[in-house]
Amino acid sequence: MADMVRASGLVKRYKSVEALSGLDLTVQEGTVLALLGPNGAGKTTAVRVLATLLTPDAGTAEVAGIDVLANPAGVRERIGLSGQYAAVDEHLTGYENLEMVGRLYDLGRVKARARARELLEQFGLAEAGDRPAKTYSGGMRRRLDLAGALVAAPPLLILDEPTTGLDVRSRLQLWDVIRELVAGGTTLLLTTQYLEEADRLADEIVVIDHGKAIARGTADQLKAQTGGERIEVVLADAARRDAAERVLALVARGPVQVDDDGRSLVAPVHDGQRALARTLREFEDAGIAVLELGLRRPTLDDVFLSLTGHAAEADPSSETVEVSA
Amino acid sequence: MTTSAPVRVARDGWIVARRNLIKIKRVPEVLVFVLISPIMFVLLFAYVFGGAIDVPGEVDYKEFLVPGIFVQTVVFGATFTGAGLAEDMQKGIIDRFRSLPMSRSAVLIGRTTSDVFYNVISVTIMALTGLVIGWRIREGVLDAATAFLILLVFAYSVSWIMAYVGLLVPSVEVVNNASFIVIFPLTFVSNAFVPTESFDGVLRTFVEWNPVSTATQACRELFGNTDPSVPVPDAWSMQHPTIYTLLISMAIVAVFAPLATRQYKLSTTK
Ligand SMILES: Nc1ncnc2c1ncn2[C@@H]1O[C@H](COP(=O)(O)OP(=O)(O)OP(=O)(O)O)[C@@H](O)[C@H]1O
Ligand SMILES: [Mg+2]
Repeated sequence: MADMVRASGLVKRYKSVEALSGLDLTVQEGTVLALLGPNGAGKTTAVRVLATLLTPDAGTAEVAGIDVLANPAGVRERIGLSGQYAAVDEHLTGYENLEMVGRLYDLGRVKARARARELLEQFGLAEAGDRPAKTYSGGMRRRLDLAGALVAAPPLLILDEPTTGLDVRSRLQLWDVIRELVAGGTTLLLTTQYLEEADRLADEIVVIDHGKAIARGTADQLKAQTGGERIEVVLADAARRDAAERVLALVARGPVQVDDDGRSLVAPVHDGQRALARTLREFEDAGIAVLELGLRRPTLDDVFLSLTGHAAEADPSSETVEVSA
Repeated sequence: MTTSAPVRVARDGWIVARRNLIKIKRVPEVLVFVLISPIMFVLLFAYVFGGAIDVPGEVDYKEFLVPGIFVQTVVFGATFTGAGLAEDMQKGIIDRFRSLPMSRSAVLIGRTTSDVFYNVISVTIMALTGLVIGWRIREGVLDAATAFLILLVFAYSVSWIMAYVGLLVPSVEVVNNASFIVIFPLTFVSNAFVPTESFDGVLRTFVEWNPVSTATQACRELFGNTDPSVPVPDAWSMQHPTIYTLLISMAIVAVFAPLATRQYKLSTTK
């Protein structure tokens, strides 16, 4: 399969920070790549370089085999971009925004109009379509902007934090739209701070921090890197902690962790299902009551934590502070 | 679908211009504020300073003044171009434009084009104001039409200067302040409000070659707001104000359109 995006050694310096310090990135045609990283990691900078909005200080990038620096116009014909902040004209209606984008993509008047209505429908904006975008809620603007990226049905879609600020319903809807597009052959590069989003949508994940890729692979590969499953217990009575710890030690493949509150215990295990069954039995026999008992696979949160030493959370130097899911 | 480059520039420019015009339609208040200052100038000069200003020959000061106000209005109106662009550059929509396969100069061409419409509206309002205070068109329809055309062409060229200024500075407020540095000397060191004869030496030469003066002179002659028995200054620019104004307008566009386009590209890929 051909590479839709190929970038290597991207560097972008600002006065005091290096936003990108040698980022390499490849996205295969027809796949979804998620760029995962905390605030200030360089996600937006990377996306803007690929979308021809920013000239890198070093490195090369190709989109659909076209050099981003040598032929930006050619690249623009093949991408649809929805940036981190909605790029809509407030004074135009939703319909006028999309129609204008269609005309500027050279679709022709008739096609641009039909496409605008079609997208308004698809993104649940049909009713608001003839109101100025100024009157839209944040989520509606976001959806209008995404619709703008899809106008020309480009082979490569670049979405910078597409679901940040959307409510759960809109987020699920958007995921559906994205899956449909990808099923239809669109290649997608998306950035996200939501580990769950990367997990659900992406074929491959590149974790970036401080402008560099620090890990890449499928969600499963990344999780395997962090270590296997573990059993998590919350006791009904803290007094039974020592007894519970002894039981868990029987099935654990490493030290059992006990939380400060003395009621939560975590034990890394090998064969999760059997270990869980045995723990249940032993607890039953010893009469240890639990509030919660479960087997947990590592999440991308854990992956992130083990890779960067800090959780995927807000960076104080960044302006937008959001609490990740 | 493929379209040849020049057609594409014109068409994309028009699409952007249409978008700017929709904004004037939705927020007409913008027009009101920009038009208030020229109307105040008409009243101020006609009724307050006018008495103290001597115009050579048998011409009423109000007749002398109104063509100058026309020129001042379109020059002030160009601030609109700069402010509009500076605003666009800050808003998210510019990222949309930049990621589209549209002509790179379309944003600038669209802005300067929509401002021609804006100037048509403002000149119409100023003409009506002029008629109310006693200004008259005394020559033929063709001459009057030529005068309005010169106003619009000159305005278009000044739009490009302000487009460049709008791209150089970081915010709308700064455009408004910076534009006064361009606009004040141009409009006040000219014959728009006082006769050329009231200047001496270097200042006099500046006034005679200042396009604001020649555009004003051209309009006065074409509207018939001059006394033909009063000699026009000897400078070539004042002797041929129409041709000089058109030539200098073309020169301004030839210099500032490429400058602004280059600045647009620079400030959008940093
Ligand atoms: N125009 C700029 N001038 C100075 N520094 C910048 C500029 N743009 C980005 N940076 C810096 O570069 C770094 C990377 O920024 P970037 O916007 O790419 O991060 P991000 O991963 O998109 O973060 P977020 O999740 O907050 O959107 C940050 O430290 C940021 O402060
Ligand atoms: Mg970002």
